Amino acid sequence: MLTYIARRVLYSIPVILLASFLLFAFVRVTFDPTAKLRNSREGAAAVARETKRLGLDRPLVEQYGDWLGKFVQGDWGESERTHDSTSAMITRALGYTVQLIFWGILISAFVAIFVGVYSAVRQYSALDYTFTGLSFIGLALPPFWFGLIAIEFLAVGPKQWFHLSEPPLFFVGLHGTGETGINVDYFRHLALPVLTLTVQIVAGWSRFQRASMLDVMSADYIRTARAKGVPRKRVIIRHGLRNALIPLITVMALDIGALFGGLIITEKIFSIPGMGRLFFDSLVAGDATVLVAWTIVVALFILLFNLLADIFYGFLDPRIRLS
Amino acid sequence: MSPRGGPAGIVPNDPRGRVVVESSSVGNVSLLPGSGGEVADAIAVHRSQWELFRRRFMRHKAALVSIGVLVFLFVVCFGASVFAPYPPDAQDLLLGPVGPSAAHWFGTDELGRDELSRIMYAGQISLKIGIAVALLSTFVGTVLGAIAGFIGNATDQALMRLTDLFLIVPGIAILAIALKKFGHDDVTIILVLAALFWTYVARVVRGQILSLKEKEFVEAARASGASNTRIIVKHLFPNIVGPVVVNATLAVAAAIITESTLSFLGFGVQPPATSWGNMLSDAEGYVGTDRAYLLYFPGLAILLTVLAVNFLGDGLRDAFDPQSGHS
Repeated sequence: MLTYIARRVLYSIPVILLASFLLFAFVRVTFDPTAKLRNSREGAAAVARETKRLGLDRPLVEQYGDWLGKFVQGDWGESERTHDSTSAMITRALGYTVQLIFWGILISAFVAIFVGVYSAVRQYSALDYTFTGLSFIGLALPPFWFGLIAIEFLAVGPKQWFHLSEPPLFFVGLHGTGETGINVDYFRHLALPVLTLTVQIVAGWSRFQRASMLDVMSADYIRTARAKGVPRKRVIIRHGLRNALIPLITVMALDIGALFGGLIITEKIFSIPGMGRLFFDSLVAGDATVLVAWTIVVALFILLFNLLADIFYGFLDPRIRLS
Repeated sequence: MSPRGGPAGIVPNDPRGRVVVESSSVGNVSLLPGSGGEVADAIAVHRSQWELFRRRFMRHKAALVSIGVLVFLFVVCFGASVFAPYPPDAQDLLLGPVGPSAAHWFGTDELGRDELSRIMYAGQISLKIGIAVALLSTFVGTVLGAIAGFIGNATDQALMRLTDLFLIVPGIAILAIALKKFGHDDVTIILVLAALFWTYVARVVRGQILSLKEKEFVEAARASGASNTRIIVKHLFPNIVGPVVVNATLAVAAAIITESTLSFLGFGVQPPATSWGNMLSDAEGYVGTDRAYLLYFPGLAILLTVLAVNFLGDGLRDAFDPQSGHS
């Protein structure tokens, strides 16, 4: 098992180095940090000075080496937009995004497993068809549109219909002014963004869990367990679900990794200052320093969770770690 | 399954290129149960592949309805100059924004433009981009995937490592950065989206080819002296048509959602050109106002299109692969 983990980790190192170099080059080529100076009073002189200072006249590989050296020491540069430290901005943003991911994943996992198992055990029942239809709709819903519709019908709408002084659910940020900590206010802010996130995730995961559960339930050992008299419920939970969860957990790990950079829409609609919002603001402002660090941090998270998925899979299935 | 805002997670997401092929039971989530009757198919003799395919497809009611819906959408959008009640840019400033009425079924926007007509014209761009991205990425992905799978060794390794890289970069973010750099016209959007999407197809095709090329019929063809080109074109391609077509269909849906997401954020189709995504971008500010109706219809258009395309993909999968519908 240890050799398997070591092999997976070692394999990730060249991947992340190559990926980070490509992302670095991609953002550097896309954004010229001196563009703003071009029309300034000093013009060409300022551009030349800034080019020299940032080392933009050197080959990309050299620039990347420099950048990487500083990056691993925690010096991610200064934002061109806010003149704040990039590492501080990203750390702050991660704090918000992690909260969304945590609640979104927690709720999605419970709902998806329940729906998936129910649909598989009661295949072709009315509820199975209902869940199928809903998941088709969930997969086809544009995430940004669902978010806006949710605000319209679950926040602003009820406020108008029932003449409330404030909407039942909030849709700006994660806390009201002057509020902190985990309290009612927090959950009233969290409800809509987490719902938007959950609808998308559950649609995919529940279908996956259904297929996985159906696959397991048709296995011989399930029939054996039933034949020797194990109660149906126990077979479903102990023999069926436990095995059917393995593929889902792998998919979950991959999806969690993707969410670190995948909440751009949700965070923009609900004005949550997380990673997605940071990306949006930085891209609009052409803030190359933050964009480089952002894309590479997000790639690191994706890679980390891919690695976890691999290790987990290898842990549960010896065939994979030995191949 | 693209909860993530990545290319709508409909495309199998597997970084190790493993699950995609083996997944016909698990990952290959067939969404509608088939209705049986394969036994009858198996007994009946002298039925062509095409006829078997057609019969299985005809049994998938949702897919049949979806074809009708898609044909309707196409005719209405691309025939907008004939069917649209108003020209797309005809303003009626005196009228301003009014809700749905007999004269304006979907209402009018702040400039008094007819929302229904605008949606029909905007659909041209959304559908065009969706289909072009799917065709282009499927073509490139199939060719490269087939080459990697067939040649193997270094070529295969190089291509798979390349697609690994694509899998760990944040999709929407990279697309947004690229569009900011390269511009926002239709062709650029198509090329940029296809540059990301081909990797999914390539993985699927590579996996299929890898397993097919070990089969006896390929060995038999080789033994009787068939060239590599002949084996690929005559023996391998016909066997991967199913997964490729299904993936291409799902890619249309994913591309439409991705384009609308990017346009909504302001990085995709730019005004005055209109797609469903940037119509919603305009309408974002109307949440909770008396103009909220402007929010409903473009979103419903996307939902309806993507839903129909996904059902069609599901029907095609069941028809190509009878086993998948019965899991």
